[in-house]
Amino acid sequence: MGKKTTGIRYVGGYPEYMRKLISIVHKTRAKRRDYTPPPMTKEEQEEVLKLHPDYAPGGKRTISVGPNKGDIGPTEVVDLVEAYPLVEEGEIDLSKVDYSPDILIIGGGLAGTSAAIWANDSGIPKEKILLTNKLRHGDANSIMAEGGTQAADRSVDSPERHFIDTIGGGHFANKPDVVRALVEDAPLIIRWLLDLGAMFDREENGDFVEKWGGGTSIKRLHSCRDYTGLEEMRVIRDELRSRGIPCIEHFPAIELLTDGENRVTGAVLWNLETGEYKIVKAKATILATGGFGRLHIRGFPTTNHYGATCDGVVIAYRAGARLRDIDTVQYHPTGAAYPIQIVGYLLTEKLRSSGAQPVNKDGEAFVFPLEPRDVEAAALIRECYVRNKGITTPTGLRGVWLDTPLIEEKNGEGYIDKAFPGMRRMFARFDIDMRKDPVLVFPTLHYQNGGIETDPHGKTNVEGLWVAGEVSGGVHGKNRLMGNSTLDCLVFGRRAGISAAEYVKSGRGGGALTLKHVTGYVKDLERAGIRPERRSPILLPDYRGRAALARMIDVF
Amino acid sequence: MKTEESIMQRIADAAKAVTRGVDAKDIEHWVTIYIMGRAYKVPADLTILTAMEYAGYRFVRGVGCRQGFCGACSTVYRKEGEYKLQTGMACQTRVEDGMYLVQIPFAPAEKAAYDISKESYDASVFLKFYPEVARCVSCNTCTKSCPQDLEVMDYVQAAIRGDFQSLAEGSFDCIQCGLCAMRCPADIVQYNVAQLGRRMYGRYGMPVPKHLITRLQEIEAGKFRGKMDQLVAVPREQLEKLYASRVREAD
Repeated sequence: MGKKTTGIRYVGGYPEYMRKLISIVHKTRAKRRDYTPPPMTKEEQEEVLKLHPDYAPGGKRTISVGPNKGDIGPTEVVDLVEAYPLVEEGEIDLSKVDYSPDILIIGGGLAGTSAAIWANDSGIPKEKILLTNKLRHGDANSIMAEGGTQAADRSVDSPERHFIDTIGGGHFANKPDVVRALVEDAPLIIRWLLDLGAMFDREENGDFVEKWGGGTSIKRLHSCRDYTGLEEMRVIRDELRSRGIPCIEHFPAIELLTDGENRVTGAVLWNLETGEYKIVKAKATILATGGFGRLHIRGFPTTNHYGATCDGVVIAYRAGARLRDIDTVQYHPTGAAYPIQIVGYLLTEKLRSSGAQPVNKDGEAFVFPLEPRDVEAAALIRECYVRNKGITTPTGLRGVWLDTPLIEEKNGEGYIDKAFPGMRRMFARFDIDMRKDPVLVFPTLHYQNGGIETDPHGKTNVEGLWVAGEVSGGVHGKNRLMGNSTLDCLVFGRRAGISAAEYVKSGRGGGALTLKHVTGYVKDLERAGIRPERRSPILLPDYRGRAALARMIDVF
Repeated sequence: MKTEESIMQRIADAAKAVTRGVDAKDIEHWVTIYIMGRAYKVPADLTILTAMEYAGYRFVRGVGCRQGFCGACSTVYRKEGEYKLQTGMACQTRVEDGMYLVQIPFAPAEKAAYDISKESYDASVFLKFYPEVARCVSCNTCTKSCPQDLEVMDYVQAAIRGDFQSLAEGSFDCIQCGLCAMRCPADIVQYNVAQLGRRMYGRYGMPVPKHLITRLQEIEAGKFRGKMDQLVAVPREQLEKLYASRVREAD
């Protein structure tokens, strides 16, 4: 039965030595079936969090320029903030305007796309909206969201309860008025998606199937199999396309433009393929560029898409936007740790809320499966690197088992095919059957908790600039709960779209197009003694092989 | 260095191949692949996407989520000595020795414009917006080309019959990579037909849950307003108490 590839003997996708360890998981399953370790006390949580990458010493430094001067951030983020721009004043021609929409939206994930639709619904004609994307429209973290969207719509649930779960999960650092907007709008957002034709998981009578999310006190998660983000994204993208709202692709923003006096008036876009720049003059600009997973903070693999490189934070910060909670990073407890081809990829929390258990080398369930994400991630790191009860892969990574066969023991045969087709397919491509065997997991860099400080309407401290989704800060405090990210995108995409539309309709917005703020920022960098060694935004990561890079000649 | 900090270092070192690219000295097993006809020796453990990067390609197109959800990296390949063309997502397909491959980074397919709130919930909607569905010759090439292993031809047939549920459920896992449409001899854009069908089914095929309607009415009537006004104003210590005293719903 064994399959021989590349010299190592594999059985059912695993090398023989891992196969032996899996037999311990099989043997102990019956014992663990009705046993769940209790949730940690607050003290136990505090103790294990010392091993969380956010709290472990190192990996951070002080920001030395700009509105958050003196604050701490991850080294990889501060490196980009303390970097020189791609273009400076005088290097490009700002007098010839290529696009002049009322509302410019930068980033076409769930947040940017919903902002465009709601701006249109609020009276901005489609031709006065422009949505620009770094990759294709929808190539974003949104489309990869697996688990679901939270909304307190069951009679036993309430917006208050959602509020408490969210703000406690965020370690009470969230902005209360912003969280209020999030939870109060949630049912309306679900209704909006239904009217647009989104297919959520349903009971026989039409009610939503609602599942647990880590850190919540009640079942509140609305899912579309394990393709929730894909379904939500497909539906609203189709709506945007049907409406004919202008959308350009492979055209990232490399700088915002301001009137020189703390007001955003447009942006410089750059054609990723030809290298040509374009100038946009806009009355309102909504930044929905997502997060920073591809910076591989602290050297972690990531669940994020190829373009998650912190661009929005970098360009908004130069324009004077204040950041918030930028020091905290969410590591998803269960990224794939094996096989090497999928390391870091997301294994949705819904697997655990459907019964899958983290299990160590000795077949022990060692942690409550649904702690808040930071606690759960730290507990997995402790199991692997302090208690040394992890499993080491052929490439030297460590992980613990996620006992997925328990899902079918608890929910019946066929459940994984129905609820987790994406996960099953991903492992099956590498000959692993997650219905029969456990999968190996380890924390992976997942989410930018903070970002550009927002208010309940997506407004920033800079006039003319709105934010929505992962690029923003204040919604999730210092740790986001499962199911609140797609919700954040849809709630604040909507609110930003409406608020920007009102701003435009009241006759405000617009002004001179300058890069004066960039000139000022460069002076600050020089004064702080930062040498022009780094430039940002970086737009894309670089994974080219070192051997090939070493022999490259830059000709054209 | 403190213990916690050295643990972080060990984790980063172990993940280097994933976060910073593969180093040739760590590789035991190699294969030869042909990227648009040219041979490259690449580590055997890579996907088509990471193997192309190893070979020196830096993607600005034909790449998106890198995890099989977005459909940006459609790839066509043929194995040495075989006549058959195969399809896959570059980020989800392991390289094999003697693979000839090319990426299809864009599908120039038609997408109809419609307002689903104004359309009738029957088979005519497909003929109205995608009349070419009627040209399906049931050759099953679409199904064979689907990297998600969907029964594409079956859902196209369901659309022709006006069976929204079968179409919606059968096409649900579609990532809209475009490979079916690129291979279809009848020029049907299967994934766009399915998108229209799913939206129609999502809106008209299932009732709006009663509990959602009730909750929206409650919000509208201001049922939670007073409590929320209080909540946003309470000091942190009280929020901490409220959080600690939550009662978890029974499983």
